[in-house]
Amino acid sequence: MLPELGQIALIGALLISLTMGTLPLIGASNGNQKLMRVGQTGAIAQFFLIAFSFVILTWAFVVQDFSVEYVARNSNSLLPMQYRFSAVWGSHEGSLLLWELILCLWTFAVAIFSKKLPDDFRARTLAVLGWISAGFLLFVIFTSNPFGRLIPQAVDGLDLNPLLQDPGLIIHPPMLYMGYVGFSVSFAFAVAALLGQQVTREWVRWSRPWTHVAWAFLTLGIALGSWWAYYELGWGGWWFWDPVENASFMPWIIGTALIHSQAVTEKRGTFRNWTLILAITAFSLCLLGTFLVRSGVLTSVHAFASDPTRGVFILTYLVVVVGGSLLLFAIRAPGMVQGSNFAGLSRETLILLNNLLLVVMAAMVLTGTLYPLLLDALDAGKISVGPPYFGTLFALLLIPLAVLLPFGFYARWQEDSLKRLLGELRVPAFAALVGGVATYFLLPTAGGWGVAGVAGAFWIMASCLRYYRERMTANPGQRPGRGETGMIIAHFGVGLFLVGASLTNPVSSEKHLRMVAGDSFELAGYNFVFEGTRGVRGPNYVADEGEFIVYKSGKRVTSLYPQKRRYSNGQVMTEAALDPGLTRDLYVGLGEALNEQGTAWAVRLYHKPFIRFIWIGALLMMAGGFLAATDRRYRRPVSQKAETRPTDANLAEAPA
Amino acid sequence: MIGRLVPVILFLALGVLLAVGLKIADHKTEIPSPLIGKQMPEFTLPVLGQPEVMVSHEELIGTPFLLNVWASWCVTCRVEHPVIEELARSGLIRVVGLNYRDEEADAQAWLARFGNPYALNIADITGRTAIDFGVYAAPESFLVDPEGNIVFKQIGAVTPEVIEEEIVPRVREWGKGP
Repeated sequence: MLPELGQIALIGALLISLTMGTLPLIGASNGNQKLMRVGQTGAIAQFFLIAFSFVILTWAFVVQDFSVEYVARNSNSLLPMQYRFSAVWGSHEGSLLLWELILCLWTFAVAIFSKKLPDDFRARTLAVLGWISAGFLLFVIFTSNPFGRLIPQAVDGLDLNPLLQDPGLIIHPPMLYMGYVGFSVSFAFAVAALLGQQVTREWVRWSRPWTHVAWAFLTLGIALGSWWAYYELGWGGWWFWDPVENASFMPWIIGTALIHSQAVTEKRGTFRNWTLILAITAFSLCLLGTFLVRSGVLTSVHAFASDPTRGVFILTYLVVVVGGSLLLFAIRAPGMVQGSNFAGLSRETLILLNNLLLVVMAAMVLTGTLYPLLLDALDAGKISVGPPYFGTLFALLLIPLAVLLPFGFYARWQEDSLKRLLGELRVPAFAALVGGVATYFLLPTAGGWGVAGVAGAFWIMASCLRYYRERMTANPGQRPGRGETGMIIAHFGVGLFLVGASLTNPVSSEKHLRMVAGDSFELAGYNFVFEGTRGVRGPNYVADEGEFIVYKSGKRVTSLYPQKRRYSNGQVMTEAALDPGLTRDLYVGLGEALNEQGTAWAVRLYHKPFIRFIWIGALLMMAGGFLAATDRRYRRPVSQKAETRPTDANLAEAPA
Repeated sequence: MIGRLVPVILFLALGVLLAVGLKIADHKTEIPSPLIGKQMPEFTLPVLGQPEVMVSHEELIGTPFLLNVWASWCVTCRVEHPVIEELARSGLIRVVGLNYRDEEADAQAWLARFGNPYALNIADITGRTAIDFGVYAAPESFLVDPEGNIVFKQIGAVTPEVIEEEIVPRVREWGKGP
């Protein structure tokens, strides 16, 4: 009975979203307050209905209702309680419902926190979000109903994919979706502005905090995904340029460009069309990502659930949403007269360069991701574009980005002189030199990329620190607000990330070897002693667990217990063991037993220096994004027109 | 105006590519297991419960059989079990078990408890042979013709429909099930 109620709630939400998509638009065009208010009421009702059906699906997992086909496919009676919650989004149908739930949550938030916006603008924004939701609900109801019954009921379920039975996977998808779907708000603001021809500077100021929050969630989601792949897939890598990873990385890159371009539009009124097109593109790439992951068009290590027939539906949806909004842009985008002029060397120019580099980067990832598909379509054979292509191009594009970043910090709006900028950047340049030289001598295996990476990271971090100190010693009235502090933290995170990303690969050492109990092996100064294996039993798996004791110069550092698990549905999984540290991770993976008695094992040992910097950097970027979103400026009511020409004083307050 | 249409045009080109991709993906799912129509992989493994008795793929050639990959830890195998028993009882075809990555004692206890429909049970403790068959999870079943060729593969539980639609017509064609 309950699952049917869940289904009815989905249908009810669909009807509400269709109403939300139409009535407020009519109201906005003829100034009818009543019709416009349908948007808010609808957003709230829609959210509660979807939350209700989500709770029902969760409940079916908790009580193990195997008469629901989705539950029977993705859990079984042995599944531990915490994974029964995450199993809700462990496969296609449930993850779509999670997507929809998060969309409704964002829409709900817009309805609540947009009281200061003009009525017609708010109505249009909610209407656009209503349409997005309606399309998605149609998709869920007609192709991917999570509440379908299984008659006769299954005796027991098939179990959740063991790869997903991991704490990291409990929070990774919701965070990623918070980011993905969050860009729907920036998108809705852009489309609403185009519909009402209100592409003003206030418009950008309203949409900025939403963009920041979505971007921060996406950053966290991607970082969690990378961390999960690192310890769960057991390959010791942190980024694989896999189509699914790329699908989340592309909106992140464009989202980053969008944040910067919005800053210019808000402060200076320029780049309006550019900001619009980036807002549309960011969300389009999120939809494209959903399509790529869900349709089975590309093969990937992450392809948990894919089905070409569903692909047709998402593709249609994609064409309607993206094609429609781009067409609207072509017709309605404002003319050329916009904003203040700027000189060849100014903060505007530097941010424009940043945007161009980021867009090229996203285009590079898109091309690499779709290239195999293109060749396949032309019948030119099957290939897979791997890390060599992505890694090289990405590094090449990262160089100008890193070099120019501190200039963007210090450059003044409108016009600046190179001489003044170079003067400001003497200290960071010195820090970069010290960092590079120290890396060259202390980490001889770092190589050219490692040295360049650390130098670039020091260049960025030193300019962040120096800039922050300078700003903190300014007159009390001009001290940095949360927006600016957030910006500095996020860019400092970029520096830390760069340290990790450029050092981890060249300095790491790894060894694949055959070990018998009692064997030891020395790797990067650590002595790994294999003590043998024993059988262990988990709630829904049995495993061989190896014991490794690690010594450094005779002293015991840690014990590691990697497992080779066999789940009750027959899937075999490697559970690597890690000893994390700020400057290095030790990592042991247990491969196959190499003899029948199970005494000899294929073992992989890794020493991974500085890998934590990658995620710490990402977490700082996220923190910066969240902090910036809470800036006081965004809570200012609209009536208080802030469109006066910026003076030098409030220019200094302006974060880029 | 023309310039502003560039994003739409680029996007439409992308849409066409994705549509073609979908068509290909549709096709991909129809590609059967590479082993279909081929001779079954070679193996020499002990009989379950009789480690001294070895059986090889050659000894199985001659009479068609259904190779059913199972294990005592596999819940779906238990669900599938009555169907396999029914099939064995019908005498339509010989059913050979491949006990996959199991403990011998557990496997014996399982057979004692739920019944033993297998004409023969082969013990693949390491799962080596199962890998050659392309097994990635239990249960899986392989229909092998009198010449020792794999003609059909079932991933997951064998159901009465699968027997009716896939196994019965093929066995009839071979004319003489034992």
